[in-house]
Amino acid sequence: MTMAQTKQEISEANRRRYEELRAAGQELTPKGLPDATPLDGVPISPDAVVGREQVPAGWYATVRLRRGEALRIVDDSGRSSVALIGWREEDTSERVNCADTVKVQWSAAVSKGRVLLSDMGRVFLSLIEDTSGAHDLLVGGSTPASTRAAFGATTRNTQENFLAAAAKIGLGLRDIPPCVTFFAPVSLDASGRFLWMSGRKRPGDFVDLRAEMNLVLVLSNCAHPLDPARPAATDPITLIRYRASPPGSDDPCRTTSPEIVRAFEFTDRLFA
Amino acid sequence: MTGLAAPSSTPDASDAVYAHDIPAERPWSRVLKQGQTLRIIDSEGQQAVDALLYCAEDPAERYSSQDTLRVQGSAYVELGTRLISNKGRVMAHLTADSCGRHDTSAGCCSCESNAVRFGEATKYQHACRENFILELSKHGLTKRDIVANLNFFMNVPIDPSGAFTVVDGISAPGNYVDVTADMDVLFVISNCPQVNNPCNGFNPTPIRVMIWDPKKT
Repeated sequence: MTMAQTKQEISEANRRRYEELRAAGQELTPKGLPDATPLDGVPISPDAVVGREQVPAGWYATVRLRRGEALRIVDDSGRSSVALIGWREEDTSERVNCADTVKVQWSAAVSKGRVLLSDMGRVFLSLIEDTSGAHDLLVGGSTPASTRAAFGATTRNTQENFLAAAAKIGLGLRDIPPCVTFFAPVSLDASGRFLWMSGRKRPGDFVDLRAEMNLVLVLSNCAHPLDPARPAATDPITLIRYRASPPGSDDPCRTTSPEIVRAFEFTDRLFA
Repeated sequence: MTGLAAPSSTPDASDAVYAHDIPAERPWSRVLKQGQTLRIIDSEGQQAVDALLYCAEDPAERYSSQDTLRVQGSAYVELGTRLISNKGRVMAHLTADSCGRHDTSAGCCSCESNAVRFGEATKYQHACRENFILELSKHGLTKRDIVANLNFFMNVPIDPSGAFTVVDGISAPGNYVDVTADMDVLFVISNCPQVNNPCNGFNPTPIRVMIWDPKKT
């Protein structure tokens, strides 16, 4: 930019760039996203599996993933939702960031090919497989108050699960960011009112999350606050930690948009 | 909304216990006592105001965007919206609003997210997170304490398809929002410096804050 540019010219150039990015982000990028993973697709090779566990309804699990490892989360019954938060292992002030995730990708809907970003302009997790595409980044998890309102008594809930999990690694209430909830089909109407699209849940839905940095994740298997099921689901979920194939240069998650290409460049520098 | 009373008659400016112009691109903070009302005035229009709230007694309790939207059942902040803490308590609520549309899902701008969104050159532009870090440091708080914030006067429609867009602000010069504290709260503002998207009309401008004590009955 030259000194001769006036403030007006700079602001017009910035508006043009914004409109170009918006058009690409909302018109071109969604067309290039991969199709959803089929329910019976992409079995994990037994050699690649590092660990497997079931998490009972109401409970949580803490999972450490090294960069390049992946976690498959399976909603075996089709009745569960799984809330996730997480931190970068080497500096827990860097966390998953829902706001940057939706803003940078121009979409509050994440699906196969999308990523979750950290608050530091880096990629946290990539959705390398996803049968569902029905996940919530806006409403968040259950709390003591939300379970009291839904079930008439306080039940186990995501907020207290996150607090317990954080405490066990030396973190606390200050460290719990807004969460992503998988298999939580939240939509909204034209006035902004939230809706639960129950038809978008199926037994066996799964999502595979590839760690793009070394992470500590917490997963909570509690009913989403908008889930109308009474009583709440009592089904366990399955977590499978495995070694993902190294991403190629044409990896669908790494190439969706200029923004995401940059986010991966900045992430890769941590490991250069 | 939830049966809250309509806003009371506009308070008299001369009754304000505090008034201050926040220059373009700068932060501000102050403790609001329970019952006090903070008015944020978009003096020149189309200016996003990023805000965080902390319980003055125990700042580990702080504003939570997801709890606020869950309790409200809808995605936008407007007249009557109760601002909910991460412990499920009402911290404050909107008692007047001449703009009509505010956001709490888009977060604040940062040098790091600007570099991702608009290219690496924009990493070296001032951003809301820099403001928040500096202002919070006066209160013993750190980056770790920055949560998903409120964006007053910022227009971010979310389409049923999920499409999520920061569009031109709809606030006119002089539009205001009143926030009445339901507990003693530390209220922190970043007068947004973003020049790369339409939230400030590509031209950050000053805002004004005023505080009134509760009306004596």
